[in-house]
Amino acid sequence: MSLQVRLNIPRKDFAINVSLTVTSGQITSVFGPSGCGKTSVMRAIAGLENSATGHIQMADEIWQNADYFRPPHQRDIGYVFQDASLFPHLNVYENLQFGRRRQAKDNRRVSLEQAIELLALSPLLSRSVDKLSGGEKQRVAIARAVATSPSVLLFDEPLAAVDIQHKQEILRYIQSLHQELDIPMLYVSHAIEEVARLSDNLVLMEKGQQLASGKTVDLLSQLNLPFARYEEAASVIDTEVTGHEDDYGLSLLRFAEGHIRVTRGQLPLGHKVRLRIVARDVSLTLTKPQDSSILNIFPAVVESMVSDGTALKLVRLNAGGQIILSRVTAKSAEKLALKPGLHLYAQVKAVSPLI
Amino acid sequence: MMHPDLTALLITLKLAAITTLILLLIGTPLAWWLARSQWRFKFLIETVIALPLVLPPTVLGFYLLIMLGPNGPIGGLSEAMGGRPLAFTFTGLVIGSVFYSLPFVVQPLQNVFTAIGDNVMEQAATLRASPLDRFFNVMVPIARPGFLTAAVLGFAHTIGEFGVVLMIGGNIPGETKVVSIAIYDHVESLEYAHAHILSGGLLLLSFLMLMAVYGLNRRFSVLRS
Repeated sequence: MSLQVRLNIPRKDFAINVSLTVTSGQITSVFGPSGCGKTSVMRAIAGLENSATGHIQMADEIWQNADYFRPPHQRDIGYVFQDASLFPHLNVYENLQFGRRRQAKDNRRVSLEQAIELLALSPLLSRSVDKLSGGEKQRVAIARAVATSPSVLLFDEPLAAVDIQHKQEILRYIQSLHQELDIPMLYVSHAIEEVARLSDNLVLMEKGQQLASGKTVDLLSQLNLPFARYEEAASVIDTEVTGHEDDYGLSLLRFAEGHIRVTRGQLPLGHKVRLRIVARDVSLTLTKPQDSSILNIFPAVVESMVSDGTALKLVRLNAGGQIILSRVTAKSAEKLALKPGLHLYAQVKAVSPLI
Repeated sequence: MMHPDLTALLITLKLAAITTLILLLIGTPLAWWLARSQWRFKFLIETVIALPLVLPPTVLGFYLLIMLGPNGPIGGLSEAMGGRPLAFTFTGLVIGSVFYSLPFVVQPLQNVFTAIGDNVMEQAATLRASPLDRFFNVMVPIARPGFLTAAVLGFAHTIGEFGVVLMIGGNIPGETKVVSIAIYDHVESLEYAHAHILSGGLLLLSFLMLMAVYGLNRRFSVLRS
């Protein structure tokens, strides 16, 4: 199943033009600064944006085209809003029941028990919703959307109103939904960490226009996109656990022709892990260092580089097929005579597994 | 034969109950429209609805008298349909009371509909609730304090009306004579004991109704915060 969207939404200052596809089992992120039109796109998919024109199709069902508009309550979606918007007159369990009771019985593919279990809500079921914390509210809102067995799940900045301690927790729940359910998901955010962590595909928006779209892993390491200018510019790598060094509490993950070590000894073998390597944690040397404290050192080739202000350069490296970004000073770049095609060694000081 | 004061009280309560019911029926969609519409001249409608708040009841009553009389548009329509002119009838009183108490019902409802906002209704729409379904199963229960306030204020304000009734209802015992008119009559004939009983009764009734609104709404707001 896949959701195909082609939209034009007029706005006062600019028009929004987007075309995207979300497929089963994948999380597609729409990323861009606040006010770029991401939320309008989500609302239009849900049928809440009256001025939107275009074509929206879920599998072979048309939701909207030039002469048809399916009202929101007949679109098979689960929508998680920024603020949880729980119904204040219903308790947690009744909130969960709300959409589900209105869904035809033969369309109930996700059981209520499954939704409750996935979001760990059993202890909260009889609570009144105003007795919940921000994170708990959002978990209820997610479960309420999931319990309707939607054909697509839409997340509109679901972490915006959640305090920082609970953001990680909610992200883990969303990841587990992604693993357990075969529902295509669309995730809108202006937080690059969330997007880097969750999404398989990425649509980059600016002022209503689609700047780029493709695999998250590919886009984040492109030097010509705004990501390269972020303080936290980083490459993201999908890999899996291939071994352990139990004496040191390290796990080995497949990387290039060898492996990369992370300080998480307990990761199970074969476990899929997404790594994030921040560009400023990668330094470069021309010869292989023999006496470094850094464990992760890889031979690499400079692919391209771009100035990042006057003092810094961002370098894109190919390490045996894996792309890593490195941020070095312009002075070091000159000293090492960095140029495309140069063979060198990348020292990765810190790797964060995104789990 | 019932005591005339008791008859006046029953007419008052019947008038207030029917008026409140009609006001809730027309006030709810009207308030909903006022809360949601983006129409640029909406303020004109809001002004008209608020007029009874500031207009002397005799002025309102005067215009209603003309409209309800045999030569007025409403009275004439009634006559044309085989009825009688509506001035000095109970039906006329109901029509007058509906205008007179309209802002007391529309404004609390408009406020509560505005305060609740679109989010919760949009959320209900994405959870497969049709427009009517989400109005009755989401908006109405959440807006319950607003409905309670609107109903009690509409009811209490109708009980308290005097000037409008005097102008369009007159003083027909058993048909249009309400408590406030009866009190006036008693005072004019220096029957202070009767005036005391009716006045005290109205005072107590109004106090109890308002107390119920404030007390219940406090409980609701505690639940909702």
